[in-house]
Amino acid sequence: MATNSMGNIQKIKKKLKVLIVDDDPLNLKIHEKIIKAIGGISQTARNGEEAVIIHRDGGSSFDLILMDKEMPERDGVSTTKKLREMKVKSMIVGVTSLADNEEERRAFMEAGLNHCLAKPLTKDKIIPLINQLMDA
Amino acid sequence: MDALVAQLQMQYRNYTVSLYQQGFLDDQFTELKKLQDDASPDFVAEVLSLFFEDCVKLIGNMARALDQTGTVDFSQVGASVHQLKGSSSSVGAKRVKGLCITFKEYCEANNYEGCVRCLQQVDIEFKALQTKLQDMFNLEKQIIQAGGKVPQVDIN
Repeated sequence: MATNSMGNIQKIKKKLKVLIVDDDPLNLKIHEKIIKAIGGISQTARNGEEAVIIHRDGGSSFDLILMDKEMPERDGVSTTKKLREMKVKSMIVGVTSLADNEEERRAFMEAGLNHCLAKPLTKDKIIPLINQLMDA
Repeated sequence: MDALVAQLQMQYRNYTVSLYQQGFLDDQFTELKKLQDDASPDFVAEVLSLFFEDCVKLIGNMARALDQTGTVDFSQVGASVHQLKGSSSSVGAKRVKGLCITFKEYCEANNYEGCVRCLQQVDIEFKALQTKLQDMFNLEKQIIQAGGKVPQVDIN
C-alpha cells in the first residue's frame, strides 16, 4: 500500500474500474484524474441515460460508480434507482453539492447508493471511503 | 543561471502565497496542483481553461436572464449561479465562489439590483483571477526556461 511521508494512504488497495457519471466536463476531468492518481481506471458518462445505456449493452461492469446528482436527461437519483433495478451490483457513491439539503441527500441514498460525498472531491475524501467500502 | 532560477523560484513562491492570502485561491487549488504530474504537466492549466470557459458561458446566461424586459426569471439566473458556484468550488476560486453564495441569496429574494451588482462583481473577479493565474503560469514557464523546476509551495 503506497503511503506519503505522513503515512497517509495514497493508493487504494486494488485496481478499481470506475464509471464517472457527470454532465460537467470540468468535474469529469478532475474526477478522472483523481481516479487515475489513486490507481484506478475510469470510463465516463455525460448523464444518467448514458450510464444506463452503458450497462444495458452489457459489456461493462464497474467496481465503483461515481454518480453526480444533478444531470440532464436522467438525474442521479433516477439513474441509481434504474441501475439497481437492472441488478447492477457496483458500489455507487453519490456526489452531491453542499447546497443539497438533508432530505435531498436521504432521497439520493434511498435510491440505492452505498455512500454520499460532497463536492469538491479530493483524493483524501475518496481513498478511505473506497477502502472502507471494499472491506465491508 | 542558478541565481536567476533561485530568484524566479522565490518570486513564484511569494506570488503564489499572495494569491491565497488575498483570497483568490483556497485549498481546492492546492488539491488540483497535487494531481498534476509528469504524465499530465498541463493538467491545472487545462482545468482552469475549462473553468474560464464556464465563467464566460454562465455569466452570459445570467446577463441575458437579467436583461429580460418584463419579469425576470430569477430561478433561471439562480441555476446559472449554482453551476458557477460548483465550478469555482471545484477549482478553488475562492472569491468567485463567495460571490456566488451572495448572488444566490439575491436570486432567492428576487432582488434585481442585488443580482445586477453581483453579476458585475463576478465578472470583475473572474477576469482578475484569470490575469493573476496567467501571471503565475508565466512565472512557471520562465523558471523552466531558465533550467529550473517549479517549486512546490507550502501554503500553511
